[in-house]
Amino acid sequence: MIDILQLLIFGIVLGGIIALGAVGVSLLFGILRFAHFAHGDMMTLGAYLAFAFVAGLGWPLLAAFPLAVLLTVGVAVLIDQVLYRRLRRKAPVILLFSSFGVALMLRAIIELVWGPDTVVYDSAIQLPWRIAGLRIKPDHVTIVIGAIVLVTALHLFLQRTRTGKAMRAMADEPDLAQVTGINTERVVIWTWIIGSALAAAAGIFLALDTRLVPLLGWNLLLPVFAAAILGGIGRPYGAIFGGLVIGISTEMSTLAIAPVYKPAVAFTIILIMLIWRPTGLLRGR
Amino acid sequence: MELPGLISFAVFFLTLAGIYGVFSLGLNVQWGYSGQFNLGIAAFWAVGSYTAAILTTAPGGGHLGGFGLPFVVGLAAAVLLSALLAVLIGVVTVNLRTDYLAIGTIGIAEIVRLVLKNEAWLTNGVRGIAGIPRPFADLPGDLPALIYLAIVALAVLVVFVAIERLYRAPWGRVQRALRENEPATQAAGKNVLRFRLEAFVLGAAVMGLGGALYAHFIAFISPEAFDPLITTFVVWVMLIAGGSGNNRGALLGAFVIWGIWSGTGFLTDLLPIEIQTRAGSVRILLIGALLQIILLSRPEGLIPEAGPPTPDDGESTDNSR
Amino acid sequence: MSLLVAEDIHGGYGGVDILNSANLRVDADEIVVIIGPNGAGKSTLIKAVFGLVPIRRGTVTFDGNAITNQRPDVLVARGMSYVPQERNVFPTLSVTENLEMGAYTRTDDYSADMAAIFDIFPVLAERRRQPAGQLSGGQRQMVAIGRALMVKPRLLLLDEPTAGLSPKFVDEILERITAINQLGVAVLMVEQNARRALELAHRGYVLVMGACRIEDTGANLLANREVGEAFLGGRAAND
Repeated sequence: MIDILQLLIFGIVLGGIIALGAVGVSLLFGILRFAHFAHGDMMTLGAYLAFAFVAGLGWPLLAAFPLAVLLTVGVAVLIDQVLYRRLRRKAPVILLFSSFGVALMLRAIIELVWGPDTVVYDSAIQLPWRIAGLRIKPDHVTIVIGAIVLVTALHLFLQRTRTGKAMRAMADEPDLAQVTGINTERVVIWTWIIGSALAAAAGIFLALDTRLVPLLGWNLLLPVFAAAILGGIGRPYGAIFGGLVIGISTEMSTLAIAPVYKPAVAFTIILIMLIWRPTGLLRGR
Repeated sequence: MELPGLISFAVFFLTLAGIYGVFSLGLNVQWGYSGQFNLGIAAFWAVGSYTAAILTTAPGGGHLGGFGLPFVVGLAAAVLLSALLAVLIGVVTVNLRTDYLAIGTIGIAEIVRLVLKNEAWLTNGVRGIAGIPRPFADLPGDLPALIYLAIVALAVLVVFVAIERLYRAPWGRVQRALRENEPATQAAGKNVLRFRLEAFVLGAAVMGLGGALYAHFIAFISPEAFDPLITTFVVWVMLIAGGSGNNRGALLGAFVIWGIWSGTGFLTDLLPIEIQTRAGSVRILLIGALLQIILLSRPEGLIPEAGPPTPDDGESTDNSR
Repeated sequence: MSLLVAEDIHGGYGGVDILNSANLRVDADEIVVIIGPNGAGKSTLIKAVFGLVPIRRGTVTFDGNAITNQRPDVLVARGMSYVPQERNVFPTLSVTENLEMGAYTRTDDYSADMAAIFDIFPVLAERRRQPAGQLSGGQRQMVAIGRALMVKPRLLLLDEPTAGLSPKFVDEILERITAINQLGVAVLMVEQNARRALELAHRGYVLVMGACRIEDTGANLLANREVGEAFLGGRAAND
């Protein structure tokens, strides 16, 4: 029983991270109609930018976090304006492939700048708290609180602001959004801002939980897609739900299968979803 | 017989370009003919390579295999097993939209990689399989390399002629019709899923052949050799650069991109030594930039498909969503 | 001067012209209905006016200004709004939010206009917090029309506003369209319930093979034997 609770805690931590990534993928898929394959590497970029401030300038992670997020957003918007914006007029599949190329290019840049080896934010060993037999790492608390704060901010943005509502509208019905007179280009840019900011945060949290490697975010891409598909494409709230489900089931899977096959869990869920209900659990596209 | 260094390198270059050409042709059947977005090329590559390796290596090694079977048997088995994997995958994924198919196939490549890495009884795990024999390896000097180049060239020729004939046959016309306007062809009584599955499996079988040819050429394979992303990416860039839908384009793309890839090797050799270890990243950056330029300026490739416009550059986005 | 004038319109999707020299005008206080056989290009004509189908030849003017092939968001800002036939609400957004999206281009206070729309469609006021996707077909149509009214358009384009609705809702929607027109909004609509639509229209066009074959007042078109036999006969039983 205690094992299951322990795995549940790990699952919530991982699920929160996946959820942050999946929100962006889901919104981008709904609005621009393509699966953004560079999302994982956006996470990695955010994590390494934070590392640059932490290791290079000796900043505390809390100070590095906002700046890393901001820089990642800048890169994402730049890539959109230079590349994706011009490709949008062509078929979505060209966007998809372009983003696949961007994923590899981002990873190559990260390897060039920071090298292929594993690094960490803080090499001091963190002693977990022991509460009723459970081991809880202080970092896990940070991650969960961080994820909750960001999701709350996202919720307020989507519900209270004109741009947030327009974003939901466009994820619902892109064509109708256009004939309604919504400034779709503006919404697209805001979608990149929100999506890449959450991706950067997810990357930093993941690096905090584990270690930094150039494949950090790519390894999370399948779970992130799985969460977005599970929650329904274009549904940010569904993506959060999907993230938690994927995170928890990935960690729980070690009760039944060898831990090396943990990455296969997300993929299995994707396959089941695609066969059983291609539109997602929470009725998306 | 000893060849001068430059010619020796040319043989090496042409052999690998030919092997990439096989992959590019296989992908062309899946994407160019049928419009199926396979991002799991590495999975079929690996299955082909490992099948050939396990069947043809000499006994001993602490994993399954070491059957010491002839080269041709390994080749045939690689094609068959790769096709079999494609049938299993295809039954599930064949009716998926482009984006979902891409996600699904990339997941399969990932799982294949996990299996290669962790099922040491089968694949020798991360240590990989060494000593994969090249045919006629006992002959003196550079003769085996020349003969192997001839074998690869023959394979390219056979695949090229076969799928080129299929393209012109009614089967190919149905594929194009399905790709362009599925509902109409469906209404015309064609079993859409069957045709799509056939294209997927055929393309995968060709990739399995490529994988086997690669294993015998390189003589050593390991899970690290199949970074699913980079192998898949390079083959895709070859097809897109050359012109999807066009087999000549697929081959030309393989040679041009492989040429650029090798050429950047010379370039990175000129870099300071501390950056040289990261030459792979520089190459990917360059190939990635090249891809983006192609997508922006000439998405139809160097030799576009003749006839009706391809679905990926026209206004029609029907089959890409 | 007419509010909307479309002259000699040729255009269509891809390489095929669906419209072949279509002409039409809408005056500032009118309801104008386009009827015609299936495939005549009725919806295409409305979409072409709204910049959703490319016009290859011909001109459209709105309030005296050329708007041929103008982008929809520009037209919305100029006082024209459009209700597609299908997928015309944002299903996960609440009724209120759908209306807010209609007012996206406005920077002034639009609460009075929203109140006016709830007056026209009281049932929406009751369900203002509900996601539009959960409403019935008729109520969704009301949301769609309400959304289009939020920009205070001078011209409202409606593509088959009663398609797929139950007879009760058909009557209700058409009644409300008259009410909206009486508030000073010109209406151009495609309608398959031709008889009912012509009863409330000031004028109508019969579109055949991409050209407006007959133009007359609603009453005259209803009385026109040729029109009656071709387009109203089979429909009468539905009404």
